[in-house]
Amino acid sequence: MPETPMITIEAVNKFYGIYKALDDVSLDIAAGEFFSLLGPSGCGKTTLLRSIAGFDTPSTGDIRIDGQSVIGTPPNRRPTNMVFQNYAIFPHLDVEENVAYGLKRLKLDASGERRRVGAALDQVRLGHLGKRRAHELSGGQRQRVALARALVMRPKVLLLDEPLSALDKKLREEMQVELRSLQKAVGITFILVTHDQYEALALSDRIAVMFGGRIAQVATPKEIYQRPTTRQIADFLGGMNFMKARITGETATRLSVETPRFGGVTLDKPLGFNARNGTATIGIRPERLRVLWDDAKADFELAGRVVDRHYFGEITHLIVDVPGMEQPLSVSETNNFGADDIPVGDAVRLAYDPDALVALSD
Amino acid sequence: MSGRHGIPKSRWLPAYVTVYLAFLYFPILLLPIFSFNNAATTTFPLAGFTTKWYASLWHNTALLEAARNSMIVGVSVAILSTVLGICAARAITRYRFRGQRAATGLIMAPLFLPEIIFAVSLLMIILQLGVELSLVTVILGQVIFCLPYAMSVLISGFGGFDRSLEEASLDLGETAIGTFRRVTLPVVAPALVSSLLVSFTVSLDEFILAFFLSGTEPTLPVYIWGQLRFAAKLPGVLALGSVMILISILLLTLSEIIRRRAEHRLRAQGALNA
Repeated sequence: MPETPMITIEAVNKFYGIYKALDDVSLDIAAGEFFSLLGPSGCGKTTLLRSIAGFDTPSTGDIRIDGQSVIGTPPNRRPTNMVFQNYAIFPHLDVEENVAYGLKRLKLDASGERRRVGAALDQVRLGHLGKRRAHELSGGQRQRVALARALVMRPKVLLLDEPLSALDKKLREEMQVELRSLQKAVGITFILVTHDQYEALALSDRIAVMFGGRIAQVATPKEIYQRPTTRQIADFLGGMNFMKARITGETATRLSVETPRFGGVTLDKPLGFNARNGTATIGIRPERLRVLWDDAKADFELAGRVVDRHYFGEITHLIVDVPGMEQPLSVSETNNFGADDIPVGDAVRLAYDPDALVALSD
Repeated sequence: MSGRHGIPKSRWLPAYVTVYLAFLYFPILLLPIFSFNNAATTTFPLAGFTTKWYASLWHNTALLEAARNSMIVGVSVAILSTVLGICAARAITRYRFRGQRAATGLIMAPLFLPEIIFAVSLLMIILQLGVELSLVTVILGQVIFCLPYAMSVLISGFGGFDRSLEEASLDLGETAIGTFRRVTLPVVAPALVSSLLVSFTVSLDEFILAFFLSGTEPTLPVYIWGQLRFAAKLPGVLALGSVMILISILLLTLSEIIRRRAEHRLRAQGALNA
């Protein structure tokens, strides 16, 4: 990153007694970036977010916002604003008063304040509900109020703590689209905490995957999904077929392996790779395996037998037993060509691209 | 009793409820009836309508003095119980600490212990210390007795309070003191008002502690007790009693309305937190 990062997390540790909530976390987040902290509950992502907001204090390490260390700065004097998981809408105030809450400290003149509140409410398409109270709003509307209330402060960084988890699936997907375009429109750095991998993939410029207080990988959504560095990350970001492979050659960046059915392949070596007894784990995503119909041919083929089938509407999961492999392969196939009609027990041929294989640390 | 929920209709249940309610409220209804009766005795048939007993209340200086004492005690007890109750209720609803259940139990216990034992013990201690009996001693005694009432109202009020509201306020640039003034206080205000009203009402009607600890300054219930020795004073007492019942009912109704509205609002907020 050429310019100063908007957020710098430097060697941050956080202990609760003997429990280590954050374990040597270092991270740079660029200005204007939509950055996600992704991980299962208890992985430290919320602690990290709350440390940036000022509600938690790191035990050791430094946090800088726009070049300034904020250690010791209380939340009310940080250039950050937060959208809370339960939105924390003030129940005794109406929507406009909620949005104007932080502006009162700035002592704007009445018309200036009204303009900013109005603009913020229009931005989240709530201009018509200004006089409503919190309990008269739907979940999605509350979320918009929380967004407007934070954005009206024009923070350098907007922090979002699982903002969509309380919404039902359809509304969540709508809000994802809206959140993304809102971020593009305001250009503010967004940091999103989520345990939903699809949300992180759909929204982020970059994602940090966290496990057990540590950052496991930081990369773009595409890279994280297609080139996870460890088996744990690959597993958390969706289904993947794993298999053991014998290492036949190794350079600084590349790894040659031999597998029972996929043959000999040379793959990118993941960062921090450690071989155990000359074996590596390699993986392929279920959607990178394709059913070959009739007498279609492919450069790389596998032959097997369907042992189970799961229907998911637009796709079908086929469980295919390939002789010589320790575990059956999971194949995700769109239903355009009738994958949902393949009878269990039928023989199938599968095509794959060797580039879709990834080497993983255990 | 409509049998809507599969319970068979019964002719006895409505009768039972009627008798039950009559037992509860008929004696109290007699009070206002006789207080308007134009006779010095409380016997039927009624002798005619009068408001002279009520009018006489205004000219009775001893009674007005007692009413003033009751006001002083009631307001003091309400404020003290509520302030102490806020501290305890906030600690109990916000933090986990060793002995939390025991502390809650001990604070609530006076509600279930014989009041007269409390009164005797307090009297013993106060006399031992050589403190003169006065309205101050009544206030101290009644605070112990009213605190459980204040606590139960405040705990239900604070229990629904969402900590992240205070965090959101800090996050939006407000100071800790400003947050208390602009968020914490308004959100819990209904519980505070409710606690004040309940404590005041309990104090207004409290007799045993007031009787033991008031010395030469009687509160209204103690004054009423003193008047019962004189048959001629009875109608006046009935009028006074009617007024006190009315005040109590009004205050308790008001406090319950405020408490329910606050609970409704917090529940609407809490529904989303779940």
